[in-house]
Amino acid sequence: MSAQPDLLYSEDEEALRAAVRDLLADHCAAAAVLARVETDAPHDRGLWKHLAENMGLAGLLVPERHGGQGASHREAAVVLEELGRSVAPLPYLTSAVIATEALLACDTVEATGLLAALASGRTIGALAVPLSAGPGQEFTAVREEGGAVTGRVTGVADAGVADVFLVPTANGLYAVDAEHATVEPQTSFDRTRPLAAVTLADAPARPLAADATRAASAVRRALRAGAGLLVSEQLGVADWLLTETVRYTRERHQFNRPVGSFQALKHRLAHLWLEVVNARAVARNAADALATSSDDTDIAVAVAQAYAAPVAVHVAEDALQLHGGIGMTWEHPIHLYLKRAKADSIALGTVGRHREELAELVDLRAP
Amino acid sequence: MTLDAAGLRTLTREFLTAHPPATTPREEFLGARFDAGLAWVHYPRGLGGLGAPRALQAVVDAELEAAGAPDNNPRANGIGLGMAAPTVLAVGTDEQKRRFLKPLWTGEEIWCQLFSEPGAGSDLAALGTRAVLDGDTWTVNGQKVWTSGAHNARFAILIARTDPDVPKHKGITYFVCDMTDPGVDVRPLRQITGEAEFNEVFLSDVRIPDAHRLGAVGDGWKVAQTTLNNERVAIGGARIPREGGLIRPVAETWRARPELRTGDLHQRLMKLWVEAEAARLTGERLRQQLVAGHPGPEGAGMKLGFARLNQEISGLEVELLGEEGLLYDDWTMRRPEIVDFAGREAGYRYLRAKGNSIEGGTSEVLLNIVAERVLGLPPEPRTDKDVAWKDLAR
Repeated sequence: MSAQPDLLYSEDEEALRAAVRDLLADHCAAAAVLARVETDAPHDRGLWKHLAENMGLAGLLVPERHGGQGASHREAAVVLEELGRSVAPLPYLTSAVIATEALLACDTVEATGLLAALASGRTIGALAVPLSAGPGQEFTAVREEGGAVTGRVTGVADAGVADVFLVPTANGLYAVDAEHATVEPQTSFDRTRPLAAVTLADAPARPLAADATRAASAVRRALRAGAGLLVSEQLGVADWLLTETVRYTRERHQFNRPVGSFQALKHRLAHLWLEVVNARAVARNAADALATSSDDTDIAVAVAQAYAAPVAVHVAEDALQLHGGIGMTWEHPIHLYLKRAKADSIALGTVGRHREELAELVDLRAP
Repeated sequence: MTLDAAGLRTLTREFLTAHPPATTPREEFLGARFDAGLAWVHYPRGLGGLGAPRALQAVVDAELEAAGAPDNNPRANGIGLGMAAPTVLAVGTDEQKRRFLKPLWTGEEIWCQLFSEPGAGSDLAALGTRAVLDGDTWTVNGQKVWTSGAHNARFAILIARTDPDVPKHKGITYFVCDMTDPGVDVRPLRQITGEAEFNEVFLSDVRIPDAHRLGAVGDGWKVAQTTLNNERVAIGGARIPREGGLIRPVAETWRARPELRTGDLHQRLMKLWVEAEAARLTGERLRQQLVAGHPGPEGAGMKLGFARLNQEISGLEVELLGEEGLLYDDWTMRRPEIVDFAGREAGYRYLRAKGNSIEGGTSEVLLNIVAERVLGLPPEPRTDKDVAWKDLAR
């Protein structure tokens, strides 16, 4: 095993968290998110401009020489915790983490240029794979021929707001401008991270990697970073739900008592707290492994996903139950978090897939 | 000499030069280490310490270990070191500190704890063992239970009821009980594992000089809380390696015995393996918080998590073994000196782990503590707070 991971938050990371939380408090109230996702423009472009361009957070993973902040996955994880706490409809995971990570692993001038564009926040990129795809999956829905790509990919997260698609094919990884793609929004379970089908018909495509092997490894690396940092988003979702449910059960009175004074509820909430505490440890471990390019990264990411994905769902389901009837209403924001948590548990590989991968990594093979 | 890491390292090396471990008898070495203030550096000078920061003990221990020095066998005197000593230090008289701390630390005198009673488990403050003062001597009568090490102990920390006419938390006093008193009767208490880690202790007209009272009369509950809090601070010292707990024997069996594998067992194994790794990382995170000087509330939950995990993992292990899971290594009644949850075989681990959610606070009580002290949820309405102990239902 490699060096001991740093599982704490640094002072700079706490300062970053405070800044992002302030921004979201001003611009990402639950009622506004709820109203926005019912429109044709579910993404909050104004908020993205603040977060990605003004605060420079789209470029956290990108070295300064390529126009980024030269920070690491640890800081990006803190941003994702806060975005999760607000179920913010922003393409941060898709553009600033997954697409950016893919470009970081490529080696062409084209990739470097695009990397700077994504780091600036003025261009939004999306890896053209289904949101459900996990690290290690192969992608053959699109084929490349003579510098153009053809095929159809469904379930692409944040495709509706992407300026450029990174398209994996058997021959390599290609950049396709959104104007050459047909993007059809799909009715998504989680409307704060809407999906779309992307159809490419002989679309002009620019190669991003020198060869197919490097392209495949770039896609794998991108999805691994996505899965590892999604855990921090799941932690943020669970953390908000727990905090809000504790607040509610302290205030809500029935039988002449706060309902939170009943042991049946207290024990459930204490169990949820234990799960969130563990989720924080695995999330920090995964972020630190990615940030330090640890030999342990594959295991850290698989453990984190396998542990935290069901935690976020469990906390959301219990939060809804402990809110009673109000939690079942459209106007209360809990359903936004439940839908995000459930969608996240499928995104970037299900628990079962991560457990299967882990079984190989730690030599506990299936029969 | 400044009391920083470098200073303590120098001091320890000088001590080792003056008392070479290879040629110094163990008892003499330990006594000299106490007198040099290297026993527990955060204790005051003259009482085994130097008034140094507690975290610097690790520096001393590392030097001593590297030199092959004998230790005081801390696992054999956990109650003494973890509970009795900090209590004596916090509330003891100068005479009590001088009398008790040195032989406690060296292990010459082992300590046990006389707290729980058959009628006072989770509700420890309801305890009924009576202590009555006559002149300058207390006479104690009652029954204590779940006392580990009582048969080896020279002294016990004891809490007893000294005033039955006030509410239960207010009428308790804290004592040091001499276990060689003729009124102390220690009987092994056999457990579901077949062995007896613990004892029942019957106290019949046990005589305790008032000079062996710790803290004021009626302050026993408050004194006991100090000790229990101290116990919580002590955790988080050691790093645990991956697969470090009860998951290890299961994983090793899985790797070595492909013929035992089924799909269902694999799903459950991987789920528990992941949970064990998550709990390990939480423990490591807690340790890092303590080192950084910012202990988080996570410690309150560690025992809850490990109790459930130990039970589920050991249950899976018995099932994984199939036909062998139907056997047990040894039902012979014995009194183990040191308890190792991971020791012996799968059946023992399964049965012993059942106690993990009861000993040191039941999981149900710990969940209440997390809910009220960490999450800030309101307490249940209480019916026992303002009632004299003698009027409580029992």
